[in-house]
Amino acid sequence: MSESVISAHDVVKTFGDIKAVRSISFDVKAGEIFAFLGPNGAGKSTTISMLTTMLRPTSGKLFLNGHDVTREQDSARKSFGIVFQDPAVEEELTAYENMQMHAVLYHVPKREQAKRIRDLMELVDLWERKDSYVKTYSGGMRRRLEIARGLLHHPKILFLDEPTLGLDTQTRNLLWNYVKKLNDQEHMTIFFTTHYLEEAEAIAQQIAIIDHGEIVARGTAKQLAKQTGTKTLEQAYLKLTGKEVRDETSLSNNGLNMRTATRNRNLR
Amino acid sequence: MSPVYILWLRQMRRYVRSRSRVLGAIGQPILFLLALGYGLGSVYKRAGAGNYLEFLVPGIITQTILFSGVFWGIQILFDKRFGFLKEMLVAPVSRTKILLGNALGGATISFLQALFVFIISIALGFRFYNWAMLPVAVLITIMMCLALTSFGAGLASMVEDFQGFQGINNFIIFPLFFLSSALYPLTNAPRFLQILAACNPLSYCVDGLRWALINQSHFGITRDMIVLTITLIVCVVFAVNRFNRIQV
Repeated sequence: MSESVISAHDVVKTFGDIKAVRSISFDVKAGEIFAFLGPNGAGKSTTISMLTTMLRPTSGKLFLNGHDVTREQDSARKSFGIVFQDPAVEEELTAYENMQMHAVLYHVPKREQAKRIRDLMELVDLWERKDSYVKTYSGGMRRRLEIARGLLHHPKILFLDEPTLGLDTQTRNLLWNYVKKLNDQEHMTIFFTTHYLEEAEAIAQQIAIIDHGEIVARGTAKQLAKQTGTKTLEQAYLKLTGKEVRDETSLSNNGLNMRTATRNRNLR
Repeated sequence: MSPVYILWLRQMRRYVRSRSRVLGAIGQPILFLLALGYGLGSVYKRAGAGNYLEFLVPGIITQTILFSGVFWGIQILFDKRFGFLKEMLVAPVSRTKILLGNALGGATISFLQALFVFIISIALGFRFYNWAMLPVAVLITIMMCLALTSFGAGLASMVEDFQGFQGINNFIIFPLFFLSSALYPLTNAPRFLQILAACNPLSYCVDGLRWALINQSHFGITRDMIVLTITLIVCVVFAVNRFNRIQV
C-alpha cells in the first residue's frame, strides 16, 4: 500500500452554466477498494467519465497508474476496466460474441480467451444462454453480462459505476464476492460509485462522500461516523448530504438545516 | 484476431442478420432505376441521347454508395445513443483503429449494396461495353465506399442526435446527389448546374463509372481519378479528426 494509482487534482467539469464537478481532489492507493458515495446527480458518474477518458475535465489534472488521463489516453486506457451505469452491450450480437469482442479489444491472450469467457459467464449464470442475442435478454441478465465483460481482462484498476443497480441480492453478493477476490488475489484496485450505504460500508476500505460536485468528507466508515459525531455510516451520510433535512418540510426544520450547513463547512 | 478485424466482423454480423436493412437500402436505388430508367427512357431516346437506363446505372450505383455510406454513419449515432460507443471508446485501442474497423465494415456493406444494385441493373437489361474495364469500376467503387463511409462517420461524430442527422440528410446528402451528374448529362445542362456539378466530388465518381462501364466521359478519367483520390484523403482525414474528438 504505497503509491497512488488514481489521483485527481482540483478537477472541475462544467457543462455550460452547470458545475457538475467543482474542484475535486483525491488519491486512491494501489490495491485499495474505494467507494464514491453520494446522492443522484452529485457528480459521481461525471468523475468516472473523466477518469476513464470519456470526458475531458474543464480544468485540473487526473492520473491513472501514473499516466496523465488527458495527455496519454491510450496508456491510461490500458490500465483500467469499467462496468458502465447505463447498458453498453451490442444487442444484435450474442452474449458470447459480445464477450469475445471485448476480449479482443482488450488484448486478452488468445489461449486464455475461451476459458475466461466461460468461467465468467458461468459465474454470472449466463453460460446456458451464451448463444442468445442480447436483445432477448432481460435487464438483469444484461447487467450480469456487462459485469462479466468488465472483469474479463483482469485490469489493474476496475471502475464500477453503480454496478448493482437493479440486481437481486443473490447476484449482488456474487458480484461483490468476486470483486473482493480480484482485489485480494490480483491486488486489483477497485473504484466504485454507489448510493447504497451498506455496500460502501461492507466493501470499501475508503469512502468519499460527494455532494453537489464536491467531496464533503472521506475516510473509513468508522472515521466518517467519528468525524460527524454519529454512530453509523448512514447517520454520517445523512448529516453530510443533508438529505433527511431537504426531504422534510422546510419550516419546522429550519434550525436543523442551518446546523447541517455549518457542519458541512467545518468539515471541508 | 485484431481489434480492427473484430469491429469489422461486428458490422458484418449485424448486416447479415438484418434482412430488412439489406432490402431497405437497395429498395430506393431500384425504385429510381425502374421509375426513371423506364419512365424517362423513351423521352431520352427520342431526344437522340441514347439509352437512358445505361446512362443512369453508374449514377444509381453512386447513389447507393452515397446513401449507404452516409447512413452507416447513423450506426455511430445508434452506438452513441445505446451506449456501445462507450465500450469501444474506453478500450485500449487507438481511436483511429476503432474508426478504421467500423469504417471498413461500413465500406464493405456499401460495396455489397452497390454490387446488388449492379446485378439487378444487369437483370433489367443493362449491358456494359467492355468486361476488361470492370476492375476500374470496382476500384472507383471501393474508393468511394471508403470515402463516403468516412464522411458519414465524421458527420455522425459531429451531431448529437438523430434530429441533427436528419438535417445533414436534407442539406448535404440530397443536394450532393441531385447536383451531381448522376441523373442527367452535363453537356447541355445550364451553366450553373455545370459549375455546381464540377464542384461536386460525386460527379467524378459517376463520371469515372460511366467511363468504365459505358465508355462515356465528361471530365476524362484522369481528372476523375485525381479528384476521387483527393476526396478519399480529405474524407479520411476529416473522419479521423472528428472521431478523435468525440466525448461521451
